[in-house]
Amino acid sequence: MKTAVVIFPGSNCDRDVICAVRETLGREVIPLWHRETALPAGTDLVILPGGFSFGDYLRSGAMAARSPVMEAVVAHGKKGGLLLGICNGFQVLTESRLLPGALLPNDSLVFHCSPCHLRVERTDTPFTNSFTPRQIVQFPIAHGEGRYFLFPDELRALEDRLGVVFRYSTPSGEISGEANPNGSVNNIAGIISEGGNILGLMPHPERVSESILGGEDGRIFWKSILSFFEKGGKSNGL
Amino acid sequence: MDFKRYGLRKEEYEAAVSALGREPNECELRILAVMWSEHCSYKSTKHLLRHFPSTGEKVVLGPGENAGIVDLGDNLGAAFKAESHNHPSAVAPYQGAATGVGGIIRDILALGARPVASMDGLFFGSPDHPVTASLSSGIVAGVGGYGNAVGVPTVGGKTVYDECYNENPLLNAFCIGLVPLDEIVSSKTARPGQLVVLLGSKTGRDGIAGAAFASVLLSDDSKANKPSIQIGDPFAEKLLIEACLELQSKKLIVSMQDMGAAGITSSSSEVAAKSGVGMILHFDRVPLRAADMEPWEIALSESQERMLLIVDPLHLGEVQAVAEKWELDCAVIGETNEEDSYTILWHGTEVASFPAALLGDGCPPRRWPSKKPEDLEKNWHFDMDSLPLPKDWNAALLALLETPSLAPKEWIYRQYDSMVQTNTVTGPGHPLSVLRIRGRDSLLALVLDADPWKCALDPHRGGAETVARTIRTLSVAGADVLGLTDCLNFPSPEVPEQYWALEECIRGMAECCEALNCPVVSGNVSLYNETPSGAICPTPVVGTVGLIPSLEVYLPSGRWKEGDRLFLAGPCNSSLGGSQYLLSLGHRQAERPLMFSPEGEADFAERARKTARMKGASSGRALAGGGLAVALAKDGAESSRGARIALPVPTRHDVVLFGEGGPRALYSVPVGKVPLFRTIWKGYPLLEIGRVEGDTLTVEGAFSLPIGELTSRWRVR
Amino acid sequence: MTWRIEVFIQLKEGVLDTQGKAVEHSLVSLGHTGLKRVKVGKYIQLWVDAPSADQARAEAEKMCADLLVNEIIEGYTLEVEAE
Repeated sequence: MKTAVVIFPGSNCDRDVICAVRETLGREVIPLWHRETALPAGTDLVILPGGFSFGDYLRSGAMAARSPVMEAVVAHGKKGGLLLGICNGFQVLTESRLLPGALLPNDSLVFHCSPCHLRVERTDTPFTNSFTPRQIVQFPIAHGEGRYFLFPDELRALEDRLGVVFRYSTPSGEISGEANPNGSVNNIAGIISEGGNILGLMPHPERVSESILGGEDGRIFWKSILSFFEKGGKSNGL
Repeated sequence: MDFKRYGLRKEEYEAAVSALGREPNECELRILAVMWSEHCSYKSTKHLLRHFPSTGEKVVLGPGENAGIVDLGDNLGAAFKAESHNHPSAVAPYQGAATGVGGIIRDILALGARPVASMDGLFFGSPDHPVTASLSSGIVAGVGGYGNAVGVPTVGGKTVYDECYNENPLLNAFCIGLVPLDEIVSSKTARPGQLVVLLGSKTGRDGIAGAAFASVLLSDDSKANKPSIQIGDPFAEKLLIEACLELQSKKLIVSMQDMGAAGITSSSSEVAAKSGVGMILHFDRVPLRAADMEPWEIALSESQERMLLIVDPLHLGEVQAVAEKWELDCAVIGETNEEDSYTILWHGTEVASFPAALLGDGCPPRRWPSKKPEDLEKNWHFDMDSLPLPKDWNAALLALLETPSLAPKEWIYRQYDSMVQTNTVTGPGHPLSVLRIRGRDSLLALVLDADPWKCALDPHRGGAETVARTIRTLSVAGADVLGLTDCLNFPSPEVPEQYWALEECIRGMAECCEALNCPVVSGNVSLYNETPSGAICPTPVVGTVGLIPSLEVYLPSGRWKEGDRLFLAGPCNSSLGGSQYLLSLGHRQAERPLMFSPEGEADFAERARKTARMKGASSGRALAGGGLAVALAKDGAESSRGARIALPVPTRHDVVLFGEGGPRALYSVPVGKVPLFRTIWKGYPLLEIGRVEGDTLTVEGAFSLPIGELTSRWRVR
Repeated sequence: MTWRIEVFIQLKEGVLDTQGKAVEHSLVSLGHTGLKRVKVGKYIQLWVDAPSADQARAEAEKMCADLLVNEIIEGYTLEVEAE
């Protein structure tokens, strides 16, 4: 399993995610500067990390989505390759139209960083196969623009095709307004593409991949991806 | 020459004439006025700062550099410094705070260190003052907006509310970075024949003469000075950080300086003076944002996100390639030579020329008259008999927990990314912040603290107490103390009583540093913190850094276990002077804070460290604001456990419970560890005060509150 | 010749404008009781060289589609004038 982590100017979780994947899985991770026009040969997984690409100016993720490397990233995703966007990376994925919807400023209008409970809604994806159904996990969030938005009919379509993978929940798993940190529709924290190969989520699994940092739920996330490949999954979709 | 127009004193003008051997021209006068302002020259405090011990076994780099560096062992150093950005934050809260954070990060970067964490000291006016809400929300948003975007976690800090900061809020920014000791970039290593390179953003008119602005009283006119406030661009800073660290790892930099106060002039003349080289700068080669800028404006511009590099001509191409990758401007603006002069040219014509050391070191020191305030001792007299014990202890404790300075600061630190870089072991909301050092067992421990109320009552004792508090917290957690940085925030030194308070505070701090072997490795001074409506309390802010050998021996707070025995280590007779309790009752000037005891303090630190190292307790918390009562409430709430406590001492219960000061800690000890714990503390005042049990926090003869009620008021996640 | 183009970007109806809501709340609490509604948007100016106003407008529309506007959530209007 070979992972490429794209670095945009202003990315700031690139090193964190590189360390988390390397240390949890012990597999090769290659940093990829945004001006590159091709992925390293044999790339199985592309990660768009968190941060403030291009300063989050204009709209978060908007300029990164038009970066030179994105042509190769989009091609990888379109042919079924695994593609993961975390936080700012999720914003890049929606701005690239690889995932539906948009991420708007939090309803509080301020940046929000705190641990967060999530309910895992799908355990049959390459990214979540090692969680138990409806497992409650704790991944922190740290964003100013994480309010997931979709117009009602599209939202219905997303829910109907079971596109929601993570929802903000209470510690006991209720999906309530109180558990929603940013005003996302239907408490949506992470969604997957129709092909099942492109995942975007606002919370940060790389921040809970070691017990010394206060949590290890993120390891299950990385191990799911490895397990997908070890069980013969091909990076061309489900 | 009308030197007064530019803000120079007669004495200073004469010193300049004598050093130059001629009259300075207008451009030179403008530069001198800024370089010799209080903010840049420390002319009123330089001699006082010599009281601080600044050397020690662990000190790699002491004061006078961009930041101090302490040795973490195995060729790794921690570079850290705190800096105030008070005046800008008062006038333009968001940008003032943001550029304060940006500036301190570049100070750390200038040493070649990767910034790994920030903390902030926030001092706001009374919550019911009409401007406090907008100033505090703007400052907090600015700290977060900048720090979050550059990817340096804000892991802790100190927030104080007091009416003395009503229109004069303080923003002190602390940053720490890591650097291999053999890769430290120095400002002393430039040699003749090298290039002076400007890397980063273009130079505009922002912040021109900002340093001079920071050296005068804030008045209503300050608002009209808004154009001199710098605008921060965290995106440019992030690129600058990555570019500089890449240049450094490729060994392409001879020397580096960040551009803060007084911009290009300050940074370049410092390199020239410290390296003992001459320098010629061509200001027409500086990339400008406003085409019609004059040389003196370029000299003094405080445009943000710029670094000054000294580069070997052979490496210029590689330097430019790195700059191009990170999309930063990179211009050769001058060269070093063997002369003794620092010269600025404008299209080939000399516009200013000084002996290199004159700008940084030539300002004549300034001593102000000092006078002990007449009412000082009167304020210490307080008839305790006139203070009734609380009728309703529960209400008294809850009211104390809700005072703005003690209440949880979640609304602030939730706006800060405290976890990016994935090193944060203990983040904001705790007495100290702890970071792991990747690839090592040892942990960095950081504390930022202040106690302006005690400094106002008794500057000497308050100064010592401020430093001691940080060291107690580190010691209880199990950390060895490596050194500290300070921001000395004071009002005008021109008022004799205020100057006296400054002197005494520094002496008190220095005494504590000496006694506890804690060198001062960096810091800054901010004077003139007053408005027409009043002066701030003396506010030294201290950021102390320690090292915990491993996670195993890190003793956190708020971890009571059912059945644990609770101990108060330290004397019971603390003082209500300057305590949050008396303040909340409206007694600002009453009682004298405790005297600093060098032996008692050192003894406490030693035993506290031993307790952590020998794993003698399950939880420990040094007592601070609100005293024992607040420590019990916070620990209980964070542990979600109650306790039954009795205080078998003759001292008044309000003094035992709410008194502050002195080396004291609350420990929770598993029954099996009690003999070990008692052995460690044998010969030191130690009182077993109760046990952890149930879900109510009860102190006999005082309060009894369900933990749920405390948790709802004191929530730390 | 050079044209100055003003781009006014607004969130589409149905997308909750949290900034607008907050500003509205503040203005009402400042006593502006006649205020009915606030919408906060973005204002961008472009200077474009083009032979005609129509061509300048077409170029600006392409810029909006390429980057400036997220058509999922935002709508915009343009005004073109000779510089």
